[in-house]
Amino acid sequence: MSAVSQAQQIPRLAHTGRVTQLRVALSEWTKLRSLRSTLWSLFAGVLLTILLPVLFAAITSSHWGSMSPHERADRHPLDIALAGVNVSQLAIAVLGVLVITGEYSTGMIRASFTAVPKRLPVLWAKTAVFAVVAFLLMLPPVLIAFFASQAILSRHHILQISFSHPGVARSVIGGAVYLMLVGIFALGIGAIVRNTAGAIATFAGIFFVIPPLMNILPSNWNHAISKYLPSEAGRQLFSLTHDANSFSPGAGALLFVGYCALTLAIAAILLVRRDT
Amino acid sequence: MATMIEAENLTKYYGEQRAVDDLSFTVQPGVVTGFLGPNGSGKSTTMRLILELDAPSSGDVTVNGKHYRDHTAPLHEVGALLEARSVHTGRSAYNHLLALAQTHGIGRRRVDELIDLVGLHDVARKRAGKFSLGMGQRLGIAAALLGDPSTIMLDEPVNGLDPEGILWVRHLLRGLAAEGRTVFVSSHLMSEMSLTADHLIVIGRGRKIADMSTDEFIRQASGGLVLVRTPQAAELEALLSGPDVTVTAAGPGLLEVRGLTAVQIGEAAAANQLVLHELTPQQASLEEAFMTLTRDDVEFKAAELEPEEAVL
Repeated sequence: MSAVSQAQQIPRLAHTGRVTQLRVALSEWTKLRSLRSTLWSLFAGVLLTILLPVLFAAITSSHWGSMSPHERADRHPLDIALAGVNVSQLAIAVLGVLVITGEYSTGMIRASFTAVPKRLPVLWAKTAVFAVVAFLLMLPPVLIAFFASQAILSRHHILQISFSHPGVARSVIGGAVYLMLVGIFALGIGAIVRNTAGAIATFAGIFFVIPPLMNILPSNWNHAISKYLPSEAGRQLFSLTHDANSFSPGAGALLFVGYCALTLAIAAILLVRRDT
Repeated sequence: MATMIEAENLTKYYGEQRAVDDLSFTVQPGVVTGFLGPNGSGKSTTMRLILELDAPSSGDVTVNGKHYRDHTAPLHEVGALLEARSVHTGRSAYNHLLALAQTHGIGRRRVDELIDLVGLHDVARKRAGKFSLGMGQRLGIAAALLGDPSTIMLDEPVNGLDPEGILWVRHLLRGLAAEGRTVFVSSHLMSEMSLTADHLIVIGRGRKIADMSTDEFIRQASGGLVLVRTPQAAELEALLSGPDVTVTAAGPGLLEVRGLTAVQIGEAAAANQLVLHELTPQQASLEEAFMTLTRDDVEFKAAELEPEEAVL
């Protein structure tokens, strides 16, 4: 009984602070770093980004002797260096979705919105924290992947390209920027759909299903439409070469940023209006 | 500024379903107010409306004079435990509380204090998904107390708690009310509420059925039947008799008292140094009366022509 009666005394809080955007961001950082599943997925993304280019560089080097000239001409060192980006974008997208849908599926969102009933600071904080983490975490791997794959290729004196070669630095760093934007886009989709499976399916539909379908269209239609797709616009960030059917890196990036902003704007409107 | 919850003609539809129906009430500070109703009667919906997790279809509700969303430090105004768990299953109890605390600039020491207070010290670093229902409730209560709120709102807090835990919650709620805070607790168990709450708001099918002190509700609902066993039956009968009280002898040394609560009878006996061997409020009939009350309301709504007396 004594333990029970002691427990009644609630310690008073010395002073109470108001909710600020910065405090909500700190809270979201705590949420992000305290989920083991998040950390493992990010780790997997980092590992894939480094290991795939190293693997492709090694395979290309060892098979170089038996490749036809046509095959050799088809290989590009930057494609090898950034091969991991295409794979880890899925890991980043799934994480971006989970940052928000994980709260809906567990009921955590009610606690979050009780603490921050204006709601929008939660969306902005989640987006900013995840974007910064995704960029800072993916930038070293793309750089490592570039220099590691170049080191392997240069030992066989093939497919060498310098980091100072025009467009190379932009493409490599652009790979990390692209991954960050993919994460933001996916987070927005997650906030709109609110359901993990539905949001991942929506993202996969936009990024992996619609683009190949474009090839069925008459090629002049395909060329006219395809470059406006989010995945194609974003890809210009880490593509070295650009032709008449694709945007420049700057224009592509701008369009992709526009898609991210649009997704977040829709998410923001729905977030404030819908019941939780 | 008054610390209270004020609902005015609160109504909530989910599609065609009317979950809360023209509900008006005030929850006062300094007492424990029980929010009583059968499952599905709209208690949780009302609490979500108070926190503005859901928007009302019509009507209005304020906490401490403002809409919940307009408070600059909401966790300092209202601490809430919601019925469905509101915790990410993959996060530890400590990090869950820390993340909530950080939105208000509340420090780690406060988080540690509350973890100790609710008795989760040994499992604070374990994933909340592994918690039992009772541990989950304790974590929810810790979250509710984080901001040292003037209003505490708990949805079915004793669900899943063991007897010691139930007793702990009861003491906690009474202590919080004694400090002058507004305490609003929902339950579908009349017996639990009769032990905890000073005031009751009873709803059925989203409509208010009763809004009165617990003593008065018990007197009305159960006919106030209390069994008293005493070797001094005659003296006690003479002592208790009054205009609104009926005392009948149910056997040798056994009285049935209507119109007084067990507390009142016990205190009257003690003040007059009468020996009591048994003092039993008829709790079974209390639960029954509560069910009859809420069922009547449902029937009353279904057949609008029934006379009003059917309600109570």
